[in-house]
Amino acid sequence: MRLTGSGLTVVRNGRSVFSDLSFGLTSGELLAVTGANGAGKSTLLRVVAGLLAPAAGSISLEAAPASGVASELHYLGHLDGLKATLTVWRNLVFWRALWGGGRAIEPALEAVSLGNLVDFPVSVLSAGQRRRLAIARLLVADRALWLLDEPATSLDEAGEAMLGRLLSAHLDAGGMAMVATHRDLPLPPTATLSLGAA
Amino acid sequence: MISALMAVAGQTARLSLRGGGALIGVVFFLAVVTVVPFGVGPDLKLLARIGPAMLWIGALLATLLNLDRLFRDDREDGSLDLLILAELPLELTVLAKCAGAWLATGLPLVVAAPFLGILLGLEPPALAATTVTLLVGTPALTLIGAVGAALVAALGRGALLVAVLVLPFTIPVLIFGVSAASAVVVGPTPFLPPFLILAALTLASAVIAPIAGAAALRAGPD
Repeated sequence: MRLTGSGLTVVRNGRSVFSDLSFGLTSGELLAVTGANGAGKSTLLRVVAGLLAPAAGSISLEAAPASGVASELHYLGHLDGLKATLTVWRNLVFWRALWGGGRAIEPALEAVSLGNLVDFPVSVLSAGQRRRLAIARLLVADRALWLLDEPATSLDEAGEAMLGRLLSAHLDAGGMAMVATHRDLPLPPTATLSLGAA
Repeated sequence: MISALMAVAGQTARLSLRGGGALIGVVFFLAVVTVVPFGVGPDLKLLARIGPAMLWIGALLATLLNLDRLFRDDREDGSLDLLILAELPLELTVLAKCAGAWLATGLPLVVAAPFLGILLGLEPPALAATTVTLLVGTPALTLIGAVGAALVAALGRGALLVAVLVLPFTIPVLIFGVSAASAVVVGPTPFLPPFLILAALTLASAVIAPIAGAAALRAGPD
């Protein structure tokens, strides 16, 4: 499986965020997207996810199913996408049902060390614990491409190590990941895409 | 796909109930209906005649009151991006969210209507007719309101805008709902023709509203 972006140009509010950007990514590879604040890291991930349309250029996923790129990816934005009044368990059950993922929920929660908080509402969780729960969501449905936007935000050292283990397990299983970050990733990226400040 | 639809509807209903949606709507409905006799005076005949209309107006306002957060919360916490990316077509997601919202906020109004009708001095046939028209008509109100809620989610504006945007489109539902219910009270016009048009309005909005709502949500993230 190979993800290719070619000649991507994005214009937002009349301002060119980046232009003529190309990259490629194959199974087992990790692409780090770096750059200063406002350089367009998040924008690039949203374009790859299909949430924003590029002004020019195209994104293609080889061997993609008929349903398109979106059905093969997990997007973790800078918002966690959790419902504060519902329990940790309910939040994960909802996304698993929506995605039709057959993965069990307990191992996903154990993997992010939230196994003892299953019945707590998300509102009592700390920012780091919410981030862990958002990461656990990547594990309840099997997707080839992970798009992670600053995944390590609010995570402690153990959390970053955990993220590294999950990423390398995902890559070893033939997955791909694109991670926007301005810190060092817990495991060395295959390639780095550096966006210049606009 | 069915389980995904059920999950969306179930989560929407659950969130609405946690947020006190059903209770707020019913209390608002009760407030509207109880002040009417004080406003128009204790003329039982007059109350019975305008009773169905008062119940309908109360239900309309209570429904719109509850809808503004339908998509705004999803947008604010980031879930909306994931809902847009999911395999489930966004139109069906909107329809499922409407179903969940109706179960949590519309159905309690329908259940409360016969009891509030007694306060307005409605006779049993009028109570039954009003309740049935509300049962058939309130889903249309929720669906039409959801389009407004989707637009407002994209704009990030408040609750009043939903009511202002949506109110004109709910007028046909109100007209046919009230005329079907009033036909039983006042006579001699038949009950069935306006009732069937009301049912048609609900069915038509079940098709149009999800498409319009999904379009509004997709246009939002830019």
